[in-house]
Amino acid sequence: MATIPTTASGIAAAIASKQISAREVIDSYLAQISARESDIHAFNLVTADAARAHADAIDADIAAGRPIGPLAGVPIAIKDNLCTHGVETTCSSKILEGWKPPYDATVVSRLRDAGAIMVGKTNLDEFAMGSSTENSAFGPTRNPLDTSRVPGGSSGGSAAAVAAGFAPVSLGSDTGGSIRQPAAMCGVVGVKPTYGLVSRYGLCAYASSLDQVGPFATTVADAALITEAIAGHDVMDSTSIPQPAPALVASVSQGVAGMRIGRVTDLPAGAEPEVIARLNEAFAALEAAGATIVDVTLPSLSYALTAYYLIAPAEASSNLARYDGVRYGLRVNAVDTNSMYGATRAAGFGDEVKRRIMLGTYALSAGYYDAYYGKALKVRRLIAEDFERAYAQVDVILTPTSPVVAFPFGDKVDDPMAMYLCDIYTIPTNLAGHPAMSVPFGTGAHGMPVGIQVLAPALGEAPMFRVGGALENAAGGAK
Amino acid sequence: MSPSGTPISAADVAKVARLARLDIDEANVVHFTEQLAKVMGHFSDIDALDLSGVGPMTQPFPLVNVLREDVEQPCLDTDEVLAAAPSSDQRRFRVPPIIGLDD
Repeated sequence: MATIPTTASGIAAAIASKQISAREVIDSYLAQISARESDIHAFNLVTADAARAHADAIDADIAAGRPIGPLAGVPIAIKDNLCTHGVETTCSSKILEGWKPPYDATVVSRLRDAGAIMVGKTNLDEFAMGSSTENSAFGPTRNPLDTSRVPGGSSGGSAAAVAAGFAPVSLGSDTGGSIRQPAAMCGVVGVKPTYGLVSRYGLCAYASSLDQVGPFATTVADAALITEAIAGHDVMDSTSIPQPAPALVASVSQGVAGMRIGRVTDLPAGAEPEVIARLNEAFAALEAAGATIVDVTLPSLSYALTAYYLIAPAEASSNLARYDGVRYGLRVNAVDTNSMYGATRAAGFGDEVKRRIMLGTYALSAGYYDAYYGKALKVRRLIAEDFERAYAQVDVILTPTSPVVAFPFGDKVDDPMAMYLCDIYTIPTNLAGHPAMSVPFGTGAHGMPVGIQVLAPALGEAPMFRVGGALENAAGGAK
Repeated sequence: MSPSGTPISAADVAKVARLARLDIDEANVVHFTEQLAKVMGHFSDIDALDLSGVGPMTQPFPLVNVLREDVEQPCLDTDEVLAAAPSSDQRRFRVPPIIGLDD
């Protein structure tokens, strides 16, 4: 039996050239899941039987000489807030436990059409609200690099699945950093594409003007490959950008010669010293590779946290009104509908979801709308204008992904503000609607990985992946 | 802090929970009030900003109304959708009485 490649592109090539069968690949990954999943808890559900059957179907297609997709046989883990037809989708919430969606998310059907094989649904902070995956109703995910520590969140299961070798690639969703921050904390690559580049159809909505689906991978090239596979216009999402998916894999190896890389001189403080040290090394590495470092200012960045934690809960309070015990999920019976709503939602939602629903309801309520939500929308504009000015001078901007490395369980779980501060560098991107990615770049405190974030203007995925590829090359020499 | 400068009160939290259709008991009202007051305390940082003349930004990019051709297309399977409902009757979602028993 040939060695199983560790990358999605390697697996697809080996299967297409008949060096290895799709069944051998899936069995190898399922064996790795069997060996370590009880320690990690990356998944809410492992779809082993369906995965094996899918692999056998691909092998039959190959044997019969039928055409196969570009990702044929590539195992992929899917965040459990993406709808999968007939396969339980919970958002890690008791309110949706047992729900089998009547349709597939567009990203899920596109991956299946390309031949990718779903291995399971990954754990998350309930409804993607959190930065540590400790808010899951089904128990936390542990960081594969140190199981006493969180994997980050909210897509902690998807990040841990890739870091633990349960799948070469996975999908997450990113509303304020929920792909990039866990990618940084688990030492893998994570990408949040431009708002509208990837369809949100079938993504359980948290904050609709901020949510975006994107990949985790062990390499920048694999992240580009999966982004290509899921991107492109979808009539089922009215915010979908009416353009075909861009070609991105070629950008990864183009190098950064002549590129202008922004260094934020007024970056909000709070990052651990080792994180700042790695950032400075990243700048030096890009400069050595032929890029020019240009100082930029983003004076409104420090207000992004406030804007985000007003806008996202406001949208969430509206989006999560649908979980009312009427059409799907949990119902707690009561004498009338109003009592049924209140009892169902009290029993079905966890504390963080309740906090954000109440925060959003308050920010939108009569007498407070202008002072909170209205003001936050204006701050959002200031942040977008800051970026616009900066991107007149530079191609991309480099910051840390997370101010801190993966922290121990329980550290921040009852202090919402401390938890929210983990997202300080990732949130501005979502407010602006821009793409950004996290690339592993050495280690920080306790030997845990540090992620460097590459931010780019809207539809700037190509330059983003160029810089991501260069950082990956340089990371071999990072501390 | 609320715009009047007073922190969010337990009465505010109880009211908001009612508006959001979330039953929470008194002990939890106190707990949530403390946590929300701390979070909202941080939000006062934007009070210092001059936002006059700044337009609100609700979406990353301007939205346009998206219409499709008015032709029949496949839709969700009714039986499959109803199978996921907590209660259904005569191909409809069934709920408890709507009026008459509310506080």
